[in-house]
Order: sequence, then structure tokens, then C-alpha cells
Amino acid sequence: MKKYASFFRIRFIHGLQYRTAAVSGMITQFIWGIMEILLFRAFYQASPESFPMTFQALSNYVWLQQAFLALYLIWFWESQLFDSITNGDVAYELCRPVRLYNMWFVRGMAVRLSKAVLRCIPVLLFAWLLPAPYGLTLPADFRTWFFTLLSMTLAFLLVIAFGMIVYMSVFYTISSQGIKLLASSVSEFLGGAVIPLPFLPDGIREIVNVLPFASAQNVPFRIFGGDLTGREMYISLLLQCFWFITFLLIGRAMEQRALKRVVIQGG
Amino acid sequence: MIQVEHMNKTFKVAKRSAGFSQAIKALFQRETETIRALSDISFSIGDGEMVGYIGPNGAGKSSTIKILSGILTPDDGTCIINGRIPWKERKEHVKDIGVVFGQRTQLWWDVPIIDSYELLRDIYEIPTQTYEENLEELTELLSLKELLKTPARQLSLGQRMRCEIAASLLHSPKTLFLDEPTIGLDAVSKLAVRDFIRKQNKKHNTTVLITTHDMQDIEALADRVLLIGKGTLLFDGSLPDLMTHQPRENATLDEIIAALYRDYDI
Repeated sequence: MKKYASFFRIRFIHGLQYRTAAVSGMITQFIWGIMEILLFRAFYQASPESFPMTFQALSNYVWLQQAFLALYLIWFWESQLFDSITNGDVAYELCRPVRLYNMWFVRGMAVRLSKAVLRCIPVLLFAWLLPAPYGLTLPADFRTWFFTLLSMTLAFLLVIAFGMIVYMSVFYTISSQGIKLLASSVSEFLGGAVIPLPFLPDGIREIVNVLPFASAQNVPFRIFGGDLTGREMYISLLLQCFWFITFLLIGRAMEQRALKRVVIQGG
Repeated sequence: MIQVEHMNKTFKVAKRSAGFSQAIKALFQRETETIRALSDISFSIGDGEMVGYIGPNGAGKSSTIKILSGILTPDDGTCIINGRIPWKERKEHVKDIGVVFGQRTQLWWDVPIIDSYELLRDIYEIPTQTYEENLEELTELLSLKELLKTPARQLSLGQRMRCEIAASLLHSPKTLFLDEPTIGLDAVSKLAVRDFIRKQNKKHNTTVLITTHDMQDIEALADRVLLIGKGTLLFDGSLPDLMTHQPRENATLDEIIAALYRDYDI
């Protein structure tokens, strides 16, 4: 365990050193969040009755999304990992007494968390100071906090496990271009990164809700805003567990198979 | 102890001629050629031996090293290193070996060298005392003192290579595989690296298998030479034996090797 902790530490510390990237990322997220809320406000004013969630829940959703972008955005790929497979530098990582999957999983966690901790606090603080219903409204009861955190953790693990499948696929395809593009766009839309999933039309929404990407940011952010409660919430949490384990198993199977027939590129 | 018997490895390589029409053709019909990277290779290396592994480009040297380090699985044949089959018991096996791939880097490029080393310490679960002793010894022998606090990306090739070699030895491996460790090094670094490998072998009885195109490496290091060409093992013997293939009086080592490659038609 210590080796993974140590690996986590070095990547985490390393991630913290990019201050300029953090500041510019934060500014983008402030502006993006404000724009998105203004846009939804226009829709809301036009016809509040056809709005699937309360405006307050929506604001919460948008601000949490901006604050924790680094945790849940699928397309935060690490090009170093793709490159190491394509050019064969992965050879060295295979010469270590650790499992490649675990090592890269931990790395993914460290990279995302280090980005997120720098950025989330100012965004959350700013959003909290905004007047209702445009800002962040904190839930009153302890249960909501608890389930939000639980669900955030599950969603975080799920996103990394999905990323691992994409990384492992490069052992088979060599080029990462296609899969990156496909995975990014599909997961963005189906994950509720473009618009929250409750806004999707009936019929489509029910299907999208059981797909794996709906188990990422969609769940915790809606629990926090009070939009997802009771029985529906428990089902969503179970689905999160299910998809996380499925992705984990697929990724690990792909790794095992890849390493058996792997060709380390280059001499 | 390294024992390799009747090992084979083939690769499929995609082929097509130059030109647009050929590229279009390749869309529908992919021509692949099966290359025998290794065919029926057998050798055995005892503990504490220093063996040079030579052969022209594409002979199968790196493939052998990859198989021995457990990251490539041969088609058939057996290979036992310190009582283990490398690709079957990879995690256990790699604890006992050190590998340097001269063309790649194992140091995390954007962190100081010492951070990479400490990470390796934790990954290999090296006891603190052993780590400190090894680090001290390596720092002194490879003159790394000034380099340890620098990020890998700011080192020159020779400096980086010295750090790479040290990184591969921190966990006191019994066996060391060096794949072109002196590539691109200046004279001083080359001498330092050679000197160091020799000392390491004397002091710790480390088994060393080294591939190189620099015949002076072989001269300075190897007691025994394996020559491989087109995937087959052609020669296994001492350097003086190899030298009897003199094409003419006073031929340089490079000329002898070139003549040898010609004679064996590889």
C-alpha cells in the first residue's frame, strides 16, 4: 500500500505546482458558470412550468460542476500515458514490481484531485456569496451532505475507471485519437456535462439515466441540490456502484490481456 | 543464473510500398509479414558473469532483453532466471533485476531526480538503510551529487544516463540488463559508466548482460560475447576467440565485427 501512497504523493505534489493553469482555469469556470446560469434564467423566465428542476437546484448543479470540473470531466486525458504506450516507454513501468493498472489508477486520482483542490475552494466560496437563487445554497440536513460526499466519491472512481479503459484500449489500437474523441463527446453529453440530464426529453431520459455516464457527476450534484431524493437516490447510488465495478473489471481484464500479447514499440 | 532454451519469438509487421495507390490498396488488403525476431535461442549465463550481447540492427537483441525482463512473452521455449519464469512471475522477478533501456527514460521528467529515487525506494520496498547506503555509493561512483536536485528534463543526455543507471541499481538487483547504456554519451561519461559497471560486478557479483554497438564497451566489460544475427545465435565465446576472425592484420575491433557480420551473412 505504501508504494501506491507514495506514488499518489509525488503526482499530487507535482500537480499542485501549476499555479497559472489553476488561476486561468478558475477564471474560465467563474465566467462559464455565470454564463450558464444567465442562459438558464432566460429559459426559466420564458416558461417556469416546463422547467424540470427548481432554479436553485440548477444553480447548485452548475456551480458544483464548475468547482469540481477536474474530478469529473472525462476529457482530462493524460497524454503522457498515451505516449508511453505508443512509443514504448511503458516498458519501464512494466519492469516494476507493481501492477500497471493500480499504478495508473492511483496516478489518475492524484492528478485529478490535485487539480480540483486548487480550484474548487474559490469557486465554491464565490458561488456561496451570490444571492439566491443564483448562488450555491447549502443543504440543511446532514443526510444530504453525507450522500453527496458518498456519491461524489463513487462518481470520481467511476470516471477514473472509465479513463483506464480508454488508456488500456491504446495497447490494442496504437493511436489514441479516435477513442479519445469518441469517449469525450459521448460521455460529455450522456453524463450531463452539457445540460443536466433532467432536461432531456421523456423517453430518452429514462434510457440515459441507466447508462454508465449518468452515474458520474449527475448523481452527486442533484443529491446536493435536493433534486434527487428517496428511493430514486438509492437506486442511483446502487447504479453508481454497479458501473464502477463493471468498468473496473473491464479495465483490469483489458490490462491482463494486453500484457500477455503486448508488443512494446521501438527497439 | 539465466537459462534460456529453444526460445522463439515472431512478430507480424505491416508492409506496403510507397505511393498513393499502394496506400489505397492497403486499405482493402493488408499485407503483413511474419518476422522471426528470435529463433531457437539457447544460452546460459552463470552468476556474476559479464556478457556482451552483440549483433547488427534488428537482430533481436532488444527483444531478448524484453523477454528476459518479463515484459514480452516468447512464442515458445523456456527461460528461467533465478528460478523464475520472467513473464509468468513478473512482479517477483522484476524485484531481482535492474534494467536500463538506453533509449528510454524511467525518471519522472518534471520532478527532481531524488524524488524519483525515493519513489523507487517505496515501489521496490527497499529498507531505509539499504537505500541510504546504495544511494551514497551510487552518488559517489557516478558523481551524481550535483544532479540529484535537478529535474530530469534539465539534465544532459550523459548526466541523465548516469542517473538512469543509478535508478536501476537502487534495489540492489542480482541481475542487470543494459540495453545500449552508453548510447550518446561523451568519452568521460562512457568511461565512468564502464568503470562503474565493472566495479559493481566485482563488488556485488552482479550478473550483467549488456547490448551495445560500441565495441569498446564489449572490450572493456565483457568476458564473454554472444553474437546474434537474424534471430539466431551465431557465436558464444570469449572476446579473444571472436578476435580470431581478423579480416587483416591490425584490424580494429569494429572492422572485425563488420567482417564477422559479413561472414555470417547477417
